[in-house]
Amino acid sequence: MRNKTEVIVVGGGPAGISAAITVARAGKKVVLIERGSYSGSKNVFGGAIYVQPTKEIFPNFEESAPLERKTVSHKYILRTETKTVSVDYMAREEASNSYSVIRSKFDRWMAQEAQKEGVVLVTETFVKELLVKENKVVGVKTELEEYFADIVILADGVNSLLAKQIGLRKEIKPKDVALGVKEVIKLGKDKIEERFNLKDGEGAVYEIFGDPMLGMLGLGYVYTNKETISIGIGISLDELAKRKLKPYEILDGIKSHPSFSPLVKDGELVEYSAHLIPEGGYKKLPKLYSHGVLVVGDSAMLVNNIHWEGTNLAMISGKLAGETAIIALDKNDFSANTLALYQKKLEKSFIIKDLKTYKNVMDIVHDRAKSFLGYYPNKIADFFNMFTAVDSIPKREKYHRFIASIFTDRSISELVKDGFAFLKIVLGVLK
Amino acid sequence: MTDKEKKQSSIDDKLFKVKYVSDEESHLKPDAIQCLVCKSKVCTYICPANVYEWDEENKRLIIGYENCLECGACRIACEKKCIDWAYPKGTKGVTFKHG
Ligand SMILES: Cc1cc2nc3c(=O)[nH]c(=O)nc-3n(C[C@H](O)[C@H](O)[C@H](O)COP(=O)(O)OP(=O)(O)OC[C@H]3O[C@@H](n4cnc5c(N)ncnc54)[C@H](O)[C@@H]3O)c2cc1C
Ligand code: SF4
Ligand code: SF4
Repeated sequence: MRNKTEVIVVGGGPAGISAAITVARAGKKVVLIERGSYSGSKNVFGGAIYVQPTKEIFPNFEESAPLERKTVSHKYILRTETKTVSVDYMAREEASNSYSVIRSKFDRWMAQEAQKEGVVLVTETFVKELLVKENKVVGVKTELEEYFADIVILADGVNSLLAKQIGLRKEIKPKDVALGVKEVIKLGKDKIEERFNLKDGEGAVYEIFGDPMLGMLGLGYVYTNKETISIGIGISLDELAKRKLKPYEILDGIKSHPSFSPLVKDGELVEYSAHLIPEGGYKKLPKLYSHGVLVVGDSAMLVNNIHWEGTNLAMISGKLAGETAIIALDKNDFSANTLALYQKKLEKSFIIKDLKTYKNVMDIVHDRAKSFLGYYPNKIADFFNMFTAVDSIPKREKYHRFIASIFTDRSISELVKDGFAFLKIVLGVLK
Repeated sequence: MTDKEKKQSSIDDKLFKVKYVSDEESHLKPDAIQCLVCKSKVCTYICPANVYEWDEENKRLIIGYENCLECGACRIACEKKCIDWAYPKGTKGVTFKHG
């Protein structure tokens, strides 16, 4: 048949590229279709990629991939209206765990590596719909042509209209995604290293919670690149909608906030972008396979939003889908029965295990959002205020007063509810 | 500059930096009848590119689809779930150089 191959992968992000390269390495025929003019041209993240999972796909990537900076410094900033508590973590000597990258360079590099290993990459081509025959996915329809394959792997990202088309995925709710908006600001190498206290090639990640986010579920962040920094926010779409806030105004708020304004001062805006982040976690996972089709990465909502991990779940789920496709091709059996192996592989990996660990966290946090984002950050700041004050009041007396204030500020029933919510999170994570 | 003007110029500056190739036809098609009865007009503030503006006089949405960043937020947040939403054609739309 004309236009027929063994595997078609839709979407040339980390998930799709990893799936395609895995299939090609086994000597099978695979076509990777990307709508952008090159891989990465439509993609946005924080962000940093993680070393260990990236090595599983590209063992020597540190030698030739376009990397920006090796993350050595983390800073978590908790702000209330008037006070700041921050935790710094510097790990200079450790082997690197993550690198900041620029997606338009890094995804493009990954796609070129995949081409070297036999993946046929087709860019500027938008897959409009899946071709379905007798309940089986048999190919894809682009703007110009129809292409057929034994297996189609969906790696078309968070909005995956294709997974929805064949009923694997339900309509996303605003609560199950966060909207990220971001600016890339040019500062130059010297200013970056001076302001973030870094040596040559070292990078920093700053995260900010609390008041600058107007008490909403979300966070602000800064990542350092070679010559630029990325500054952005990620906020639950549900909260943005309810509060009638414009996302870029919150971003402007973060940029002019005293914790961040010295970092961006005199920088030149070079790009503005936006992207959604899946936040539903384990409970919102779609159906991951059907006859002739597998779903990977963000299209399968595989993101661990508590740790802001996405690219690693994308890469490893892509690899596992690729391995499953190889087995199905060898058996010449593309039924859901055979492709169910993909789900089993995911369940055995860290991906589903981690998502299960955190499965209740978002519900609980949404539920108790006011106290977790309003009352407690204030209380923590008060504690440090008390702890550091030199005011001739005996320390023990101050501790007693502080503890008493928790009970007088807040009704016992609210405290009990918060306590329960907190316990549920901790027990959910540790059990 | 008033506060409102400052805010407008800040988003204009941001959008000015984005690289687009625009199509002749909009890839964003809300159902105008639903928009008439929609109370929140949530698309007009949720969109990170300020694509939607409500024209009170003519009772319709003005859609600056050329500025769309292709995030998908409006489709999910729309009060009436009535936006016929697609990505622009393969050669069109936004290109991120940094992402
Ligand atoms: C603001 C933000 C910050 C983040 N920070 C981090 C971070 O620091 N670290 C981290 O690990 N993760 C982070 N993530 C998550 C991470 O970016 C994603 O989980 C990851 O990119 C998912 O990879 P993917 O390949 O599944 O999807 P994507 O990277 O979205 O790739 C999908 C690809 O499919 C293409 N496509 C879509 N539809 C079609 C179609 N119909 N036809 C053809 N092509 C199509 C797109 O153009 C795109 O190239 C962040 C996300 C956001 C939004
Ligand atoms: S939110 Fe939806 S229904 Fe309401 S005005 Fe916008 S597009 Fe129309
Ligand atoms: S997809 Fe995103 S940028 Fe485009 S119109 Fe909708 S909300 Fe705005």
